[in-house]
Amino acid sequence: MNRNTSALVAGLVFGIGIAISGMANPAKVLNFFDIAGTFDPSLIFVMGGALVTAAIGYRIVFGARTKPVFEAKFNVPTSRTIDARLVGGSALFGLGWGIAGFCPGGAIPALGLGYADTFIFMGAMIGGMLIARFLNQLERRRTAAPA
Amino acid sequence: MTEFTPWMSLAGGVLIGLAATILMAFNGRIAGMTGIMSGVIPPLSADWAWRAAFLAGAVIAPMIYVALGGVVPFSAPISTMAMIVGGLIVGVGVSYGSGCTSGHGVCGIARFSPRSIVATIVFMLAAFATVFVIRHVIGG
Repeated sequence: MNRNTSALVAGLVFGIGIAISGMANPAKVLNFFDIAGTFDPSLIFVMGGALVTAAIGYRIVFGARTKPVFEAKFNVPTSRTIDARLVGGSALFGLGWGIAGFCPGGAIPALGLGYADTFIFMGAMIGGMLIARFLNQLERRRTAAPA
Repeated sequence: MTEFTPWMSLAGGVLIGLAATILMAFNGRIAGMTGIMSGVIPPLSADWAWRAAFLAGAVIAPMIYVALGGVVPFSAPISTMAMIVGGLIVGVGVSYGSGCTSGHGVCGIARFSPRSIVATIVFMLAAFATVFVIRHVIGG
């Protein structure tokens, strides 16, 4: 067993979880957000179950170990800056999620179900990630250029 | 209408949290789809292999589940154009916001990260507002 095997196992568990939870189904996700209409509260149970399990799991892992099994250290984000990028990006993500009914974690396992809609969404999403990457490079170049 | 499925959704959520725990215990990483994916979009990051393995597992798992007789309801009640526009906006948004439902909403809040708590509140509210406008203001 190595770091790729453990990542594969984690991915498999994640994929089954998404599939049975309903997160891979845009109709169900959109109904969750439609409080004023065909509201389906199921996704509260997904978020709640995932959050409580991860919080307990992380507590056990960080309490029992000083480093992960296959790496030299835990690699977790340390930034605590709440800025316009974080808020604006998240607002955009919510807008797109409300339009399509897919988030990245719901769409990737849904690829395994083989519906064309999922592949269309994923293609567009990767396009969006590349656009953001390009805009970031432009911004870096501009700020790095001598005055 | 979609059927209210509290037990299956709870079970699915517990598995997602378990997957996050496994990836932290063995690989020391956050199970956030945005972050994991960004490393396998060219140019590949140096540590692309574990990312590809996680993504492969996530795609294969529902295939196995269905092959074993499991049923995964699926319906996308929107136009192809909306799927493309929504996908583009999600891609830009998760990049600038440094995460999505899995990275911020599950893993980040589970670590009590203030950034993730803010991000999750913002994207949930934005999604509620978007669906309300589309279904009840424009479509109503």
